[in-house]
Amino acid sequence: MTRGGADPLAGRPPVPWICLVLLGGTAIALVLLEAAEHPYYVKLLNRALILALAALALDLVVGVAGLVSLGHAAFLGVGAYTVGIMAEHGLTSGFLQWPVALVASAAVAAVIGWLSLRTRGAHFIMITLAFAQMLFFVAISLSRYGGDDGLTIWTRSEFGALVSLSDRLGLAWVSLGILTLAYLGLRRLERSRFGRVLRGARDNERRVATLGFAVERYRLAAFVLSGTLTGLAGVLLANLTEFVSPAYMSWQRSGELLAMVVLGGLGTLHGAILGAFAFVLLEEALSSLTTHWALLFGPLLVLVVLAGRGGLVGLLAGRWGPK
Amino acid sequence: MRLATGVGIGALLLATSGAAQELRVGFMATFTGPGANLGQHLRDGFLLGMDHAGGKLGGLATRIVVSDDQLKPDVARQEADRLLEKEKVHFITGIVFSNILMSIYKPVIESGAFLISANAGPSPVAGAQCSERFFSTSWQNDQTHAAIGKLAQDKGYKRAFLLAPNYQAGKDGINGFKSYYRGTIVDEVYTQLGAIDFSAEIAKIQAAKPDVVYAFMPGGPGIALIKQYAQAGLTKQIPLLSAFTVDDTSLPAGGEAADGLVSASQWAVDLDNPANRRFVADFRAKYGYVPSYFAAQAYDAAQLIDAAVRSTGGRLDDKAAVRDALRRAEFPSVRGKWKLNTNHIPISDFYQVSPGTLPDGTRAMLHGDVVLAQHGDQHAKNCPMRW
Amino acid sequence: MSRERAAVLDVILLSVQILNGIQLGILLFLVAAGLTLVFGILDVINLAHGALFMVGAYAGAVVAVASGSLALTILVAPAAALVVGVLLDRLVLRFLYDRGHLDQVLATFGLLLFLNEAVRVTFGSAARPFPVPELLDWSVSLPGGASYPAWRIAIIAVGLALALAMFLIIAGTRAGMLVRAASTNAGMLELLGIDIHRLLLGTFGIGAALAGFAGAMAGPIAAIQPGMGDHILILAFVVIVIGGTGSVQGALLGSLLVGLCDTLGRAFLTDGIRLLLPPAAANEIGPAIASMLMYLVMAVVLLVRPEGLLPARRPGR
Repeated sequence: MTRGGADPLAGRPPVPWICLVLLGGTAIALVLLEAAEHPYYVKLLNRALILALAALALDLVVGVAGLVSLGHAAFLGVGAYTVGIMAEHGLTSGFLQWPVALVASAAVAAVIGWLSLRTRGAHFIMITLAFAQMLFFVAISLSRYGGDDGLTIWTRSEFGALVSLSDRLGLAWVSLGILTLAYLGLRRLERSRFGRVLRGARDNERRVATLGFAVERYRLAAFVLSGTLTGLAGVLLANLTEFVSPAYMSWQRSGELLAMVVLGGLGTLHGAILGAFAFVLLEEALSSLTTHWALLFGPLLVLVVLAGRGGLVGLLAGRWGPK
Repeated sequence: MRLATGVGIGALLLATSGAAQELRVGFMATFTGPGANLGQHLRDGFLLGMDHAGGKLGGLATRIVVSDDQLKPDVARQEADRLLEKEKVHFITGIVFSNILMSIYKPVIESGAFLISANAGPSPVAGAQCSERFFSTSWQNDQTHAAIGKLAQDKGYKRAFLLAPNYQAGKDGINGFKSYYRGTIVDEVYTQLGAIDFSAEIAKIQAAKPDVVYAFMPGGPGIALIKQYAQAGLTKQIPLLSAFTVDDTSLPAGGEAADGLVSASQWAVDLDNPANRRFVADFRAKYGYVPSYFAAQAYDAAQLIDAAVRSTGGRLDDKAAVRDALRRAEFPSVRGKWKLNTNHIPISDFYQVSPGTLPDGTRAMLHGDVVLAQHGDQHAKNCPMRW
Repeated sequence: MSRERAAVLDVILLSVQILNGIQLGILLFLVAAGLTLVFGILDVINLAHGALFMVGAYAGAVVAVASGSLALTILVAPAAALVVGVLLDRLVLRFLYDRGHLDQVLATFGLLLFLNEAVRVTFGSAARPFPVPELLDWSVSLPGGASYPAWRIAIIAVGLALALAMFLIIAGTRAGMLVRAASTNAGMLELLGIDIHRLLLGTFGIGAALAGFAGAMAGPIAAIQPGMGDHILILAFVVIVIGGTGSVQGALLGSLLVGLCDTLGRAFLTDGIRLLLPPAAANEIGPAIASMLMYLVMAVVLLVRPEGLLPARRPGR
């Protein structure tokens, strides 16, 4: 389970079919659902797309680089709050909001990453958690912006004539487009020297360092990139829900993002996307089944960790069973 | 994706079948995590209201869709979308927490549905952001605090020590208290959200020796606070006035520590009016526990919808007619007199309440004198609606 | 106002607040002591430790309400947590000992969700009463008109005694020596014919019982409701990371540091900032910083001494 998924270094395989089906199928489903006037499912898919982007970004850090971050929800919050706060001040242009949100997420990720990367293993988990908690409390004390009650976004990011995010489908296409680009970009990156150094350092830090690579810098770059992409997911989430709240950055949310990555298949990138979709649909199915859905979801999570090799991606590849 | 396309195809097959005269009500509340018992109180109260309306609100076949917001704003938003766009509900009601109400406020009022809060009452929706589509059967958050400020003023306490959690509702609460209290504020202390230990604050109180302590501390921390306040021997020395700290939902857990604490409420289990007597008796018979103000407000929400829909003659598509019917609805509210302010939030009497014992020996919050008579919240003046 | 501010800075108040800080620290130590055994010695990140704390508190609450007996309460609570803990270990956790931290975090996160919900289904969502057992339901008068509840004094005494006992056992007995050895090199111990699985189970069981005991001690001052362990669990992790994993002394030092920081921050920070800034701004900033203070301390400690202040010596890690 720990290093699951297809061997990424074996040649240059085509984009996995799961991913093609997933992204292509979402596109078709969006068109069909909109035509059939099922706006709720359009939004549900949109939410899955956004969480998939966050999970994908997290997989770069956790799966590829082997750094378990239990504080990634913080970046979701930074992205979302940037949109919310700027909209509150009447700055509704997406051309302004989005770059600021990306820079803010990158800056926060740089600071957190630079400090956290001095630690290893369990300590890295704890320090990322600590930083996320700090930002959580900052958000709660922002009484100008609603504090714990959160902040309603009355106008979504505006892109002039380019695209309208107030249009359900418009936002969904933008989310799908960003997710696809992010996936292809990260896939390329993962296969580049950059990705190989990260993987190598994950498996044997000393050896990679001996080869003359400044491992720390590679890791920091990966962390900042991941944080920025998660921030972008936050921007999309704020636009989808038209609302931001400190709850977006709770530690349980960070735990859920990790669960998506592992559920799908760690370190495979497309597994994270699959995991996020599975998580959102599972949550929808279980919570409509019973309000005590945690009774089912908890054991399921345990089962996936204990029995799953490479998560759902591994399952689809027929590599499941007890260890 | 197989799953998602499966859902898509399934949804396509389910062609929209609009039953002509069916009333659909989405009941959203918190049923998981801290605060889940409050959701249960709301739901039980609402369902009893349904029963008393003969299972048909407004005389129409009624379908209730229960939804759990999990106390997560983005989940709440998604659930609101589900209720509005998939279930096509006419009303959404319930709503325990202010942040949940805020997260679904925009989509609901911009859709064709009406939002009836049975509990949460944050200030924005009472003031400038008030809406023709939003109604409340509870109060605006500040009102209870204002009543306690008035109570402290009336009792002649000269020096007050204020305690609230460090978030927006806490600050609103302190401001609500100050709006009626004219004495000296010795100190105002904001505690960490979810705090479990109050020894530092209690030591500050002991050192400051105020005439009265005012605390706004909802949920688990409130129970911890009253226990620790009593254990420090302060209950007998310095009166503790509190809002949303000791109520019918937390009284059992507070035990003897809650004795002597004073709060304010627009409703109490022993309010003597026919509607309330029937509500309390039937509630206890049906659910086996003493109703709280949460349950009472949700019961009134069911009554409000019932009365309004009935007076429109079932014309649910005529939104202006439904709005006017909601504004002018008359029904026997369990709080006594039912009257809405211009911002659609009730004008109510606020009573002093404190722990006591019902005739059958059960402990409950019992009412005393009226502190604020027919009180409307201070934000109504910022609401542009006139009717 | 100025006279009141002067009063706030009173020496008596300061010493009471320091006592409060120590007491909160000791309470955290009770939770962290079990966790440091499991996390520090077995190297398992067990998020379900918070659920065991909750199990202990619920068991204690049921017994305290039914019997009012102090002895019964503090015996049954750890026993209940021990049973649940051993069950968890046999069913799930033992498969996680040689897994990565990520697997441990996720699986125990799942267990935490499950146990919180199971308690909700069994006992309902409403908070339950947990009266102070009668034997300790009194308070001591302090100079300056303040009083201190006996239960809090008991927490301090019990916590210190426990710290001493754990230190002596781990440093001085054969069992303690084996546990230390197991945390350093389990394979070697196995070669020497030690039943390593029994040793690990025993360590985990003691950790679980300590969590349950902590739940019973915290019960009379906390709110007994589902999920009550989540918040204190994070605090306990902060304590352990600051103190250094695997050492009882580290856990004690970390607990006291966090307890004092948090209490003194809450007690004096806002007043201090009021001397520099207008009251409204101070009320805004003070509580925000106070709530972040312990995380700041943790970040600083990790940066200066990544292994924590007093880590157990573990060659080869």
